[in-house]
Amino acid sequence: MLETLLSPLRKLGHWVIEAIWRLGMISRFFVAILMNSGQSLLRFHLVIREMYFSGVLSLIIIVVSGLFVGMVLGLQGYTTLVRFGSADALGALVALSLLRELGPVLAALLFASRAGSAMTAEIGLMKATEQLDAMSVMAVNPVARVVAPRFWAGVLSMPILAALFNVMGIIGGYAVGVLMIGLDSGSYWSQMQANVDLHVDVVNGLIKSLFFGMAVTLIAVYEGFDATPTAAGVSAATTRTVVTSALVILALDFVLTAFMF
Amino acid sequence: MSTDSFIEFRNVSFAYGERSILKNINLSIPRGRFVAIMGGSGSGKTTLLRLISGQVSPQQGEVIVDGKHVEKMSSRELFELRRRMGMLFQFGALFTDLSVFDNVAFPIREHTHLPDSMVHDLVLMKLAAVGLRGTERLMPAELSGGMSRRIALARAIALDPALMLYDEPFTGLDPISLGAIAHLIKKLSDALGTTSVMVTHDVQHSLNIVDYVYFVANGEIVAEGTPDEVRASASPWVHQFVYGEADGPVHLAYPATTSLADDIGLGDLHA
Repeated sequence: MLETLLSPLRKLGHWVIEAIWRLGMISRFFVAILMNSGQSLLRFHLVIREMYFSGVLSLIIIVVSGLFVGMVLGLQGYTTLVRFGSADALGALVALSLLRELGPVLAALLFASRAGSAMTAEIGLMKATEQLDAMSVMAVNPVARVVAPRFWAGVLSMPILAALFNVMGIIGGYAVGVLMIGLDSGSYWSQMQANVDLHVDVVNGLIKSLFFGMAVTLIAVYEGFDATPTAAGVSAATTRTVVTSALVILALDFVLTAFMF
Repeated sequence: MSTDSFIEFRNVSFAYGERSILKNINLSIPRGRFVAIMGGSGSGKTTLLRLISGQVSPQQGEVIVDGKHVEKMSSRELFELRRRMGMLFQFGALFTDLSVFDNVAFPIREHTHLPDSMVHDLVLMKLAAVGLRGTERLMPAELSGGMSRRIALARAIALDPALMLYDEPFTGLDPISLGAIAHLIKKLSDALGTTSVMVTHDVQHSLNIVDYVYFVANGEIVAEGTPDEVRASASPWVHQFVYGEADGPVHLAYPATTSLADDIGLGDLHA
């Protein structure tokens, strides 16, 4: 009887300790990345190359999703605003929703599933096929040569992708609100211009995405580096990257929003 | 022990957690010699290589490479040592995102400041040494197993190392590739005058190219000698290993505690 009562408690305790231990490991890994970043900055072409893989190759999904999210915002915003007779404010609604929340969050979620998972799988496979060992035996630090350039590429790509997502969303809202429904083009843009603040809305949104970029990329490279070096281990690590990133993005979004707005 | 040892193990013990891998190993590898470490799967021989390259540290004992204690080195000293070391991994471990050229050029670019034209010439010379000049634009995914292994060998010798480590270089190769790799390893090791350590369980090819053999079983050195001594060895263990016999001091079957008849429910009938 006592055992049945204690078992869930024990499991909970184990889970908490495990979670704290992982948090400690990932923090130490973060410090190791920062300490080994010199080479990435001196040989910036390494970062540019990774920006191509994580940033440029994510463009399609970001552009298309941004457009559709903007179009949905246009439709939903119009049907709600028209009830209160303020359909003209559609431009402001679309822009504010995207810049403050949807742009950074959705772009980060898409980035985690497109680029984050690829990063984990790539580093995990490098570990499974002894490429990281080979590098280390060649007296080249894998954290400096493999992990750090990917980390900085992710951190730099994320705000750019989020900004692009915002732009596409605003164009999508314009397509639905102005071109399809027939709202006045001038009021769409002027409402937006009047209600969007550069610092509060645009910059804060981009700061959010910078934090998301750091979190997602750190999780992705850590999971890859920490993966069990087998096919099953790498696939489990890839799944963990997407799930953990999604949770961390949403939790971090709440914290950042509470501080910023 | 010889003072001209390039590698020396003194009472080295190593364990992964509770699982003991190597027990009280003593061995000495003279400068410029080619030594094989043989043993069955899981006998701890790859761990010996990892101890030499400093990828793992022994719990007990000393690992001395070129007069320096590997187990006491800082990571900077370790990287300094590894610059003079080449290692051929079991399946080559070529960087999959780099072309053949960039793979071979990798250690040269990382550790020297040579101009591109010189890196180019060096890479082509290394590729020519393994007979694969003309493959420099290919990606690792386009190579056969034997070719990958040879490219990896070219990469390992890119900086003319003083010490070469081979981890199961013959695994998974067809007989022709295997013979070619064995011949190449021998030729390169003679030409460069390197000290070489090869971990393998391919007895016949290894005995043809090495100077000395250590046999490892259950984490201990059970026999040693020159190839001729090994072939003529009276030790039943060595005999079984060299001639690949199923019956001998090493049992093929896992020591199960119950009988097969009991396990499949025929115990009573049997009784």
